[in-house]
Amino acid sequence: MNTLDRIKTLAARDAGADRVVPPAGFTVRLTLFTAAAMAFLTVFALALSMAAGRLATSWGEELARASTIRISAPEVQLAAQTAAVLRVLEQTPGVASARALSPEEQRALLEPWFGPDLPVESLPMPQLVELQETGDGYDADGLRLRLQAEAPGAVLDEHSRWRRPLVTAAGRLRLLGWAAIVLIGAATGAMVTLAANAALAANAQVIAVLRLVGATDGYIAGAFVRRFTLRTLAGAAAGTLIGLLALLIVPAGGDTGGILTGLRFAGLQWLWPLLVPPLAAVVAFFATELAARRVLGGLA
Amino acid sequence: MIELDNVAYSYSGAAILSGVSLELAPGSFHFLTGPSGSGKTTFLKLCYGALRPTEGQVSIFGEDLAAMDRDAVAMARRRIGVVHQDCQFLDHLPLAENVALPLTVSGQASPEQADNLRELMTWVGLTEKYEALPPELSGGERQRAALARALILSPDVILADEPTGNVDWEMSQRLLRLLVELNRMGKTVMIATHDLMLIRAAKSLVNARNLRIAGGTLQAAGADL
Ligand SMILES: Nc1ncnc2c1ncn2[C@@H]1O[C@H](COP(=O)(O)OP(=O)(O)OP(=O)(O)O)[C@@H](O)[C@H]1O
Ligand SMILES: [Mg+2]
Repeated sequence: MNTLDRIKTLAARDAGADRVVPPAGFTVRLTLFTAAAMAFLTVFALALSMAAGRLATSWGEELARASTIRISAPEVQLAAQTAAVLRVLEQTPGVASARALSPEEQRALLEPWFGPDLPVESLPMPQLVELQETGDGYDADGLRLRLQAEAPGAVLDEHSRWRRPLVTAAGRLRLLGWAAIVLIGAATGAMVTLAANAALAANAQVIAVLRLVGATDGYIAGAFVRRFTLRTLAGAAAGTLIGLLALLIVPAGGDTGGILTGLRFAGLQWLWPLLVPPLAAVVAFFATELAARRVLGGLA
Repeated sequence: MIELDNVAYSYSGAAILSGVSLELAPGSFHFLTGPSGSGKTTFLKLCYGALRPTEGQVSIFGEDLAAMDRDAVAMARRRIGVVHQDCQFLDHLPLAENVALPLTVSGQASPEQADNLRELMTWVGLTEKYEALPPELSGGERQRAALARALILSPDVILADEPTGNVDWEMSQRLLRLLVELNRMGKTVMIATHDLMLIRAAKSLVNARNLRIAGGTLQAAGADL
């Protein structure tokens, strides 16, 4: 019988098979508790991963935006300094492109503040130069020094470059979250294996009786597997629910709150934790199945 | 049905049986005697595949035991009703469910089988004990229940290890008559017992072959019985 068939019969099997194994012992309660605790932790690791992912994405988007250079100089020098800045930028490694904003664009930038008919031309306006960096980025301190020498009125505004290491950190944190989930899954498997082994050893007599009356290994294993799988499913469901409630208690801090206040799911991400109980059950299924096959093979 | 050809068995080095050959023909009736510790239980276990011979060949329903995997042995066991000497039960299940256990594990539990169960429980005199847990039963009651459980799948072969060890004379007569009745219906029966009175009582009911294990070998029992 292949695994899929076994899962199907597991779901369909009558209560009789379940009853042949003595009712809830210590090991089964242990499984229930472990599954609940592990599911609780998984929900948090998942939330951490997703929050870190969201931060990495939004910070990354800000990073991708351009830096600007503002040139404030007497009107007579403005054109010359602008040309100097553009020349410097052309020679700066790490700068992909640079471009002076037109008066119309500058007016558009100010429009939200001063309205559409601001006479930009008659005001002493600084010139803005927008630059896009390459993936590697440029050396900001070096660029500042050269600008100072060539165009004293130029000021480099980096916006959000300081967030670059944070984006990396957020990315790592997300990976760590997933690694934690994998480890929690493995630990769940290990604990279910231990509990199943203990249950099988404690029920050697039951197994002997079942064999005597013609039970196959599949039937005997199924009785244990069904019990441990269902208990893990129930425990994980409870743990997930408690984990979700706990997340709701963490105050929400909007989009800017960072990792602490953002430790929750956003939108459809709330569906992810629903996968935790079935996945835990799958882990328990295979752990018990393997343990049972090994023990039954040894008892032959 | 079951055939042993020059079979030897030893528990981790200690030889119990050697050079044992026997054919349990369909419809035959055998008694097996021998001193305590001579290997009667071991012999029966070889017959139903719970033990595999260290030498020689056992075939069950025409199949070589050596070539049968555990599932095949389990399937064969559904055609062999075994009364275990120490009547093992599932102590957490009521007696009726224990007796019906072979039906449960073979997926044959059904309402029609309930009649079969009731009839058997009546035969072995346990109608009052449906809901009792096995540890609450007397030794004799457990033995009778074990016999009922061995018969519930209407097996082709019945191997009973000391089935009357703990019951009074009247009850043992009744159980014997049940087994003889089944034998008349074509079932192959083998009973291992110390109870020579039982074997003598059977003489008038059935033409049984009496075997005896002594010194690790299987012999025809003498006329002293
Ligand atoms: N699992 C075992 N491991 C080692 N030795 C065993 C085992 N089972 C039985 N023996 C030994 O094998 C011998 C035969 O045992 P068996 O149970 O077959 O005897 P028996 O004829 O059924 O005895 P009784 O009439 O007392 O039931 C005994 O000496 C016993 O100690
Ligand atoms: Mg014995």
